Amino acid sequence: MTPFTQHRGVTLPLLRDNIDTDAIIPSREMRTVLRSGLAAGLFAPWRYLDPDARTLDPDFALNQPEYRGASILLAGDNFGCGSSREHAVWALMESGFRAVIAPSFATIFRNNALRNGLLTVALERHDLNDLVEWVSVDPARRTIQLDLVTCAIETDPAREKRVFSVDPTARDMLLRGLDEIGLTEQTMDLVARFEEQDQARRPWVYLAGD
Amino acid sequence: MGTTLFDKLWQEHEVTTLSERQSLLYVDRIFLHERTGSVALNGLLEKQRSVRRREHAFCTMDHIVDTLPGRSDDTLMPSGRDFIVATRHAAHETGIQLFDIADAEQGIVHVISPELGIALPGLSLICPDSHTCTLGGLGALAWGVGSTEAEHALATSTLRVTRPQTMRVNFKGELGAGVSAKDLILFTIRELSASGGAGYAIEFAGPAIDALPVEARLTLCNMATELSAFTGLIAPDQKVLDYCAGRRYAPRGQLWDQAAQHWESLRSDKSATFDREHAFDIGSLKPQLSWGTSPQHCVDWDAAIPDASDAPDASASAAWQRAQHYMGVRAGSQLSDYNLDAAFIGSCTNSRLSDLQLAAAYLVRTGHKVAKGVKALCVPGSGQVKRAAEAEGLDDIFRSAGFEWREPGCSMCFFAGGESLGRGVRVASTTNRNFEGRQGLDVRTHIASPLTVVASACAGHLVADTTA
Repeated sequence: MTPFTQHRGVTLPLLRDNIDTDAIIPSREMRTVLRSGLAAGLFAPWRYLDPDARTLDPDFALNQPEYRGASILLAGDNFGCGSSREHAVWALMESGFRAVIAPSFATIFRNNALRNGLLTVALERHDLNDLVEWVSVDPARRTIQLDLVTCAIETDPAREKRVFSVDPTARDMLLRGLDEIGLTEQTMDLVARFEEQDQARRPWVYLAGD
Repeated sequence: MGTTLFDKLWQEHEVTTLSERQSLLYVDRIFLHERTGSVALNGLLEKQRSVRRREHAFCTMDHIVDTLPGRSDDTLMPSGRDFIVATRHAAHETGIQLFDIADAEQGIVHVISPELGIALPGLSLICPDSHTCTLGGLGALAWGVGSTEAEHALATSTLRVTRPQTMRVNFKGELGAGVSAKDLILFTIRELSASGGAGYAIEFAGPAIDALPVEARLTLCNMATELSAFTGLIAPDQKVLDYCAGRRYAPRGQLWDQAAQHWESLRSDKSATFDREHAFDIGSLKPQLSWGTSPQHCVDWDAAIPDASDAPDASASAAWQRAQHYMGVRAGSQLSDYNLDAAFIGSCTNSRLSDLQLAAAYLVRTGHKVAKGVKALCVPGSGQVKRAAEAEGLDDIFRSAGFEWREPGCSMCFFAGGESLGRGVRVASTTNRNFEGRQGLDVRTHIASPLTVVASACAGHLVADTTA
């Protein structure tokens, strides 16, 4: 996966609570078996007045020129709830997003993000509101920097750094861009030993192979 | 100090600890479907990895496959066929059991996994699908993941999991006439909120849970994900054991006795403590109906739709206004004021035999037909459900009342296979999500129990039946 160390980018506010993965990318926009080709479907229900004709809704922030190239999404509580579709993460990343900052995230979305190198920063609501207020005042302030090494959000022009907390395991994975499967494959002797003991304990779990 | 059911299941599957909060958990069963499973299998094949224990991995066609009679690999969505063909190919390449379109056991993943004994008490089961928590109703440790995590489980028989906290929700009292497990879980989501279970594994317990039949427990746990919980679960009891006995992949003979004995120990110790507890008396619970665009936007079926000025905070107030605009409903009005365009009985929440029996019994008892102008669909959850329903003549009851009787699949729970009820229509639905656009462009979804949906379909507007 893509490692994440630092990222500097334009913030895009979409401060609704409970933004579900059907809103991030509806089922009908997941047209291929691939992990790509999803960017045009990102936020399709809100971004287009008519999704079939791809008529843009000029009122939606993503369509406004000042947010072109935005790569840091600022969102409401419980972001990514609903369907487990990893396409939500792929669609965000294909559209250039590298991070989402929200008061909280749905677990499956956060896990999917982590495994693809999309940083999720959980920020207390009042801190998030502060940040939103700061970036909204002046277009020059829209660009911020996220530093996963120091776990800090740096606003520009620099004012005080806002430190965020992140699960140490997740941070390590993101910084190193680790392939989790490769990592676990190194511990397969432990898995085999577990199975041996477990099979004695719970023999009914182990179905006959062919 | 005692141990909770969840902690017992966690310990039983812990291969090793990875950090203070993360463990490598053993995954007993993996289930895939053609929407997200195909991606996981393809990822595996691309990296020349294999399925480590193919006898523990299964796949079905449910999400995209058509539910119209006489279906084939073609779907209304032009690329639907690609998913079906790719999944079939990948399943064959990796050698895992596939319940293909024409298979007698084909159906919705969370309906067929308990039916076939693939999900059993105490087993860990993952599926790249958020409603995998359904199987917690049997006392399984089951949770939804993304495609990459499914790939991890296929390759290693394990997952790296961050341990959630524990919550118990106790229910006392008896469910009244016309009130079901669906109403119970909608009420719980309404009380705890759509993020109320975030970071928790929730055990549902208490006399009202003990009284629930197994299929109702599956309905209840199905929507734990709508609380954003890691999973929901219920301690297995004799009813669950009776349900599981003799199923295709369930143990037999001596192995069954050994398993059954072990499963009896799968309950929270009396002295166990939970990180959070809630208690509800559901004796006076009324049928629930959603008015908005989140499962937490529910009210008693005959109550007024709330006013955004009464919302707990500014953020909720904005969400309520937005939801009422999308749904075309007014604060202060009642849901019975709104005419329906469609009704849908189906999905992993409510497409089991008992759901269909309940709805059909209403049709027989009242003699009512689907109201003029309402398109009504009944989609059994699996081949088994469909055959059992047909053996009882339920298909005739539904058809003669004006319902379409379909082949098994997820169908109109979302925009499956490209089928549409029509843009902007109002639907009473036994599904689990009323998100904007979930059932199609601008579609207004009201989620409810099968009984409420069938009564509404016949009335032509939203209404509950409490006369049973």
